[in-house]
Amino acid sequence: MKLRATLLSRVRAWFEREGVLEVDTPALSCAATTSPHLASFASRYYGPGVRQGARLYLHTSPEFPMKRLLAAGSESIYQICKVFRDGEYGPHHNPEFTLLEWYRTRYDHLDLMNEVERLLTEILDGIFRIKAVYHWRYRDLFLEFIQVDPFNTTPEALQAVLESRHVVAPVGMQEADLDSWLDLVMSHLIEPRLGAGLIFVRDYPVTQAALARLRPGNPPVASRFEVYLNGVELANGFHELTDVHEQRMRFDYENRMREHYGLPAMPVDERLQAALAAGLPDCAGVALGLDRLLMIVSGAECLADVISFDFESA
Amino acid sequence: MASYSTNEFRSGLKLMLDGDPCAIIENEFVKPGKGQAFNRVKIRNLKSGRVIERTFKSGETVEAADVMDVDLQYLYNDGEFWHFMDPHSFEQQAADATAVGNAKLWLKEQDMCLVTLWNGSPLAVTPPNFVYLAVTDTDPGVRGDTSGGGGKPATLETGAVVRVPLFIEVGETLKIDTRTGEYVARAKE
Repeated sequence: MKLRATLLSRVRAWFEREGVLEVDTPALSCAATTSPHLASFASRYYGPGVRQGARLYLHTSPEFPMKRLLAAGSESIYQICKVFRDGEYGPHHNPEFTLLEWYRTRYDHLDLMNEVERLLTEILDGIFRIKAVYHWRYRDLFLEFIQVDPFNTTPEALQAVLESRHVVAPVGMQEADLDSWLDLVMSHLIEPRLGAGLIFVRDYPVTQAALARLRPGNPPVASRFEVYLNGVELANGFHELTDVHEQRMRFDYENRMREHYGLPAMPVDERLQAALAAGLPDCAGVALGLDRLLMIVSGAECLADVISFDFESA
Repeated sequence: MASYSTNEFRSGLKLMLDGDPCAIIENEFVKPGKGQAFNRVKIRNLKSGRVIERTFKSGETVEAADVMDVDLQYLYNDGEFWHFMDPHSFEQQAADATAVGNAKLWLKEQDMCLVTLWNGSPLAVTPPNFVYLAVTDTDPGVRGDTSGGGGKPATLETGAVVRVPLFIEVGETLKIDTRTGEYVARAKE
């Protein structure tokens, strides 16, 4: 717990030196993420005011209101807050966890990756030694580890690779999309072999773009990056999408995917849409799991060891 | 048939996999950021005893295995089947050589054993951790030799052969650890 307090105060000191403002946005919203792979906790409000009986969702990330602040002219901002994700519990997951999320105006994802490296190196100074830093493109990672081009492959090809490495594909994967197969390979064949050090993976497939902007090319890629420390996924960042029409299309597409999987559609954040229409400045943002950072740095076996009261004892 | 969803997975859960009854040893929730969640599970095949790793998509369901462990009393064997009885209901179960496995080295009439039943039939037999068996054959040792060095083989009443100290004589009852197959001590009569 002392290490957590030390890291938190170092993070705050770092942002203060950098001139990034700490903000605080609501955890409750009438809107929610439309991602088919995230489940939001829901609740209802009964009390004075106009939102009688309103269904409210706990945020899975402070992204939407933080972008509204950026559109309103906030300049660079950061937040340290609890986020909530239903259905996620395991050695590296707790349904309630702490995220450090920040946005830098006029940065792109490459600038932000450099900043993540700088921040981690400085706040871990004297506490934890980062053995090495590696930068990979998503495509090159797959080519290196399984000799398959993720932008030019099929579920069948990936299944063959998995089976040759003695990983039997789960039941129900036959109807799964290519991204699910890529996730299976990533989590079973690549992540376990990433090894020690700080690893950046960038340029994800456009189907895994989430809220990142796309870059045309052959193949087109999403300006999205992930950060791994000693093989554990630590952070996810984007050069943020600012186009209001494209964002709405993505939200609608995700809701259709949810329905396809038998999940309820989620209410799109119209206030975020309005902010995008008003104009989101060119910026890049990243979300980093502070509990996971603490877990890695303290040598703990699982997330529960670094959380005061984990989900099973809350 | 009852089924479990991956959310219910925990150590000890019995499920059917590829037609064999299995038990979960370890369950790990795995999810690459913003992607599909999986459960990586270590499973013991209760028929073959082998441990394998399998992955399930989060939210998938599996068939539950009707596997139960019961305490039964060993009665006798007729060369083909080993017969057990529930001391409360007097119901009998017959286990074949595959199900009995290594336990046949240690079974003595009237011993209580753990019998794993699958769909009501014996799948495996686990003898008690310690059994008391008499020595039926061994080379004579030097009386008073308690040095214990080296040891000698001794045949027990069940036919099992174990390494024993040199002072052990035919007719003595020994305490054996069935998990290691080793001599523990002489049993006090």
